[in-house]
Amino acid sequence: MELLSLSAVELGAAIGTGKATAVEAMEAVLGRIAEAEEELHCYITIDKEKALERAQSAQRRIEAGELTGPLAGVPMAVKDNLCTEGMLTTCASRILGNFVPTYTAQAVQNLERAGAVIIGKTNMDEFAMGSTTETSAYGITRNPCGREHVPGGSSGGSAAAVAARECFFALGSDTGGSVRQPASHCGVVGMKPTYGTVSRFGLIAYGSSLDQVGPLCRTVEDCAVILEILAADSQDGLRSDSCTGNYVGSLAAGEKPQNQEIFGAESHSPDSGLNAGQGIRQKTGQKAGGQAARNDSTYLGRKDIDFTSALKKDVKGMRIGIPGDYFGQGLDGEVRRVVLAAAELLRKNGAVVEEFDLSLAEYAIPAYYTIAAAEASSNLERFDGIKYGYRAADAEELHQMYKKTRSQGFGPEVKRRIMLGSFVLSSGYYDAYYLKALRVKAMIKKAFDEAFARYDCILGPVAPATAPKLGESLDDPLKMYLGDIYTISVNLAGLPAISVPCGADKNGLPIGLQLIGDCFAEKKILQAAYTYEQLKKA
Amino acid sequence: MANIISDETIEYVGILAKLSLSEEEREQAKKDMGRMLDYIDKLNELDTTGVEPMSHVFAVRNVFREDEVTGGDGREEVLRNAPEQKDDMFVVPSVMSH
Repeated sequence: MELLSLSAVELGAAIGTGKATAVEAMEAVLGRIAEAEEELHCYITIDKEKALERAQSAQRRIEAGELTGPLAGVPMAVKDNLCTEGMLTTCASRILGNFVPTYTAQAVQNLERAGAVIIGKTNMDEFAMGSTTETSAYGITRNPCGREHVPGGSSGGSAAAVAARECFFALGSDTGGSVRQPASHCGVVGMKPTYGTVSRFGLIAYGSSLDQVGPLCRTVEDCAVILEILAADSQDGLRSDSCTGNYVGSLAAGEKPQNQEIFGAESHSPDSGLNAGQGIRQKTGQKAGGQAARNDSTYLGRKDIDFTSALKKDVKGMRIGIPGDYFGQGLDGEVRRVVLAAAELLRKNGAVVEEFDLSLAEYAIPAYYTIAAAEASSNLERFDGIKYGYRAADAEELHQMYKKTRSQGFGPEVKRRIMLGSFVLSSGYYDAYYLKALRVKAMIKKAFDEAFARYDCILGPVAPATAPKLGESLDDPLKMYLGDIYTISVNLAGLPAISVPCGADKNGLPIGLQLIGDCFAEKKILQAAYTYEQLKKA
Repeated sequence: MANIISDETIEYVGILAKLSLSEEEREQAKKDMGRMLDYIDKLNELDTTGVEPMSHVFAVRNVFREDEVTGGDGREEVLRNAPEQKDDMFVVPSVMSH
């Protein structure tokens, strides 16, 4: 069996039925890594021996009947900003060049408990700040679909590893598009869930109000399965059947969607605004008291995480909105054509597609960079050279040590954002910049609320163009930031969004289709994405 | 360029951000920050009167737990990451300058 051609779920099924073993799968991946990694450099850290040991241990537990989930024995790659106990975690920064965490991030724990096996840690932009993976302190990653091009970023190593089959799926983090954009550039599926769906415990923080962990994988089916496991509460969720999955495969085509309310008896009202979190917990009768909630107070402990139930090939009557401002000036012609063709395919199959004015799109970037930089400047204060990480050698007193350590330990893009963030938070500028951005964020959220009163999904491009060439982006930071225009408002509004491959440009560089859903409407975008994927295959 | 970042401002930001910049980095930072602020000033086109600042999309509430020791004694593993340690403590350079 050619294991490397399988999706994560197909491989899990092969392992579950004894047609393959976790060890064979890991050996296949390590073999592929031996061939391709020297050129591509998807990973920062790979420990082959440990990976094989972990695969052997998983195989024993599968044979003993202890591990039965859909991803048991499946090798995965983990972005290097997710802590892994006993395994180097650098955030692609010099300042964490020797950091070995004493605990494992919740997202990674969930997948390990479900039987997935870590291969190694993937390359990324330093502290997830960048869109090309070129700000990494440990070298660039090449795009497997075009070796002279970047893989996108910041989860570029994860996306490239999936595309190059150096893993069966990978974890990334998405603060402003960092899962969806590299997925688009590398021709794989990538998803950012609703803010609060996946615990951020052990995810090294960049912009805490925007960060979410998400999967990068080969199929929409893989995406739904991984997300179910990621979203589960470690205490009760992983024991429930819906999470470790008695999931055995896609539902038969044509099966009717169950008309299931998301939060028990009452459905979530998009108007509840700032009190939504409170409302959700009250409505589900849920105490925010699970293990994951104790470790991340923004983790929602959702119960409606049976995402695989949305894997239905059916978009009849689905209302899809196309924001006109996502197709205006600055969008590459080929990307535009391919994305609109995808919309047309959905329309032909029963979706109701119409153009509308989302408005405010152009204000998302300045609002985002103000907020993200502010949060970054605060989050990155902890890197002080005392308890872990790099320390400058020749400092005579404490403050000098802080300054030298941070100046030598952080790269230029990280320094740029820390300085901007410090400025917009400083006394005298806080109201004019930071609070202003938070007000604009509220307006952007409201614009999406209004859109989702009319549409089930919003459809658009992921990025204005296909992957740029290596070395062309970092000279002009502002220009690089503009590339995030279609992804960042999703983070500001806390929405779920998925990137699905939908074609390629004349050079063979992949183009992604973005489907954005209302908060908690992952199932709608998964269903639309799954339907599109199946239609395109046919 | 509307926003001119002065030497004093960059000096101040350097103190807040605990970064020491070379002369070249300082000039670049002045230019970069000025350009970014010009761009961010675009937000002023929007009338936000009466709009409440939204820090989180959902309400963030404190999550309480019992004050119990969990996770065991990881002192050795934790200290292994320290750049300098002595007698189970982190060592830092002198706090008062001479």
